[in-house]
Amino acid sequence: MTPLQIVFLLVAAITLFSAVMVVSIRGMMHAALFLVLTLMGVAFMFATLGSRFFAIIQILVYIGSIAILIIFAVMLTRNIMDAEVASLNRGWWFFAPLALLIFASIVLVLSSWSAFATLRDLSSTSGENILEFGKALTDPNGFVIPFEVASVLLVAAMVGAVYIAMERRGGRG
Amino acid sequence: MIPLSWYLIVAAGLFVVGIFGVLTRKNLIGILMGVELMLNAVNINLLAFWSYLYPQSLSGLTFVAVVFVAAAAEAAVGLALIISIYRRRTTVNAEEINLLRG
Amino acid sequence: MLNDWSYVAIFTVISMFLPAAAIAIASFLAPKKPNPIKNSIYECGVETVGATWVQFKVQYYIYTLVFLLFDVEIIFLYPWAVAYNQLPLFAVVEVIIFILILLGGLLYAWRKGALEWV
Repeated sequence: MTPLQIVFLLVAAITLFSAVMVVSIRGMMHAALFLVLTLMGVAFMFATLGSRFFAIIQILVYIGSIAILIIFAVMLTRNIMDAEVASLNRGWWFFAPLALLIFASIVLVLSSWSAFATLRDLSSTSGENILEFGKALTDPNGFVIPFEVASVLLVAAMVGAVYIAMERRGGRG
Repeated sequence: MIPLSWYLIVAAGLFVVGIFGVLTRKNLIGILMGVELMLNAVNINLLAFWSYLYPQSLSGLTFVAVVFVAAAAEAAVGLALIISIYRRRTTVNAEEINLLRG
Repeated sequence: MLNDWSYVAIFTVISMFLPAAAIAIASFLAPKKPNPIKNSIYECGVETVGATWVQFKVQYYIYTLVFLLFDVEIIFLYPWAVAYNQLPLFAVVEVIIFILILLGGLLYAWRKGALEWV
């Protein structure tokens, strides 16, 4: 095992542990903080995959604003029920084996794929080519439609979210 | 180097934990966090296959960027709905929100 | 290329070690004689009023929402800015359209009064 592999296993263990904490811990605030830890682990994996850009974007966008948005929402909707009621519903003893079953079947499918031995990491020597990515994003023969549709999606989401979250003056609620 | 299968197994683990969270969490924000975990697992998978199979292709990167945008939009609208529900019903418990139950 | 990241790893370890060491040393050395006044919630020296977990204003959420919109914009604008020198005029027009669409969202939030602190 190379040192990188040992570090990877360590980070993967931390990531999966904090993911389990996200779905099982009682306080929502702590769940949100564990979510931040999970996202950091995912950013590490992006970095080892040779994608410097998305590793930074993961920290900047996911931790910097999506996780903060979730934390604000937790603060806005805090409830006294947090401390008393169980955080999982009654079906959890049924869903836990189901989740393990899905995981086992995914691993089984993966292990039956014979191409793993011949694959090697091609990109991590150079990282992704941001220059080409930028050109392709605005190229009419490239990805200009996803580029523009992304902005439309963002605006639609923002208009909808502002409309829903705003308190109506004079009206009910 | 790290084998591709390790990434896929970690992503599968994250995805399954996310599914478990979506199915079992009572708190609506907890359900949304489960969805975020699943989207992250998808992103790890996309970048792993991009890195091992098609590092010259840019489709993988564009797909990851679109997943980021979709995750941001989903979190924004979902949390706005949760806040709106909380303001009307003073609860974020998915089991108590049963107005549509017949 | 992982050598670049090893610097990040070293800095992460140091930055996690320093506060951990400070907290650990403080907890070893500091005398512990708690009493109710010492354990009370500290809020700028004034006695606290009401519960610590108060309901936050929805404005915090809406500001973060607007920030999120322009934060996600980075994913697309950064690669474009890297390639800026080698792009035709058409690409610049596309990006201006992109930014105008997003500004439309900001304008909506502004006109709606979402940016006012009530």
